[in-house]
Amino acid sequence: MTKQTTRFVYVTYIASTPEKVFAAITQPALARQYWGHENVSDWTVGADWQHVRDNDARPVEIVGKVLEVSAPHRLVISWAGASQAANPDSYSRVTFEVEPHENGVRLTVSHDELEVGSGMAAGVSKGWPLVLSSLKSYLETGTGFDLSGRNKAA
Amino acid sequence: METQKQAAEDLVFKALGDPTRRVLLDLLCENNGQTLGQLCENLNMKRQSATQHLELLEAANLVTTVRRGREKLHFINPVPLHDIYARWVRKFETQRLNLLHDLKAELEGGEK
Repeated sequence: MTKQTTRFVYVTYIASTPEKVFAAITQPALARQYWGHENVSDWTVGADWQHVRDNDARPVEIVGKVLEVSAPHRLVISWAGASQAANPDSYSRVTFEVEPHENGVRLTVSHDELEVGSGMAAGVSKGWPLVLSSLKSYLETGTGFDLSGRNKAA
Repeated sequence: METQKQAAEDLVFKALGDPTRRVLLDLLCENNGQTLGQLCENLNMKRQSATQHLELLEAANLVTTVRRGREKLHFINPVPLHDIYARWVRKFETQRLNLLHDLKAELEGGEK
């Protein structure tokens, strides 16, 4: 059965280098500082990757495979909710492209093959702008936003 | 870097300062990835003026385009709006929370 799909494309310009942007996405110690999550993998084609929330319980929220890697310019991963991991139809795809632009970089995140009307489509459409804005702030000022949910009461 | 940032923000506010461009963003929110033809139809507008509005939105990074064969698809890109939110909205929310904290402390007769 073919699902009806939708896609989102997000772009942000960051005063940084492709290497730093790529590292911020793929290195857990960096990602947790602005994403509130870690992306854990050895980042070789065909390897698994996991999106782990940085709190005490450390739940794995998203899983998938590494589909393409060309550091520091391109990374393609498949993406599904951890509870849906067994269902091939639940997988969507995320492409990160990091290109030099004037004195910094242009980061494009395309999330496609998302099922129309799904909870995942709704969730990521709200989530990506916040994550990318926080990444930009982290790399340019040293401080991202708290997206871990640790300090909800603050 | 600061002037670059300011120039980027100027473009966002300029792009948002026009009702037609705000409608274009609304249309893309409803149905992302539309062609110029689809947007013109929804706006009842000529291609030439719609193109000009889209160029300003693209320059402000509020719209991004992806080629699919001969077509160019337009996607809303809300990332710059979050940058503005972080600067102009979030810090006032923090301040309001601090005010509430002070008020509570005062009413309860405790230390500030």
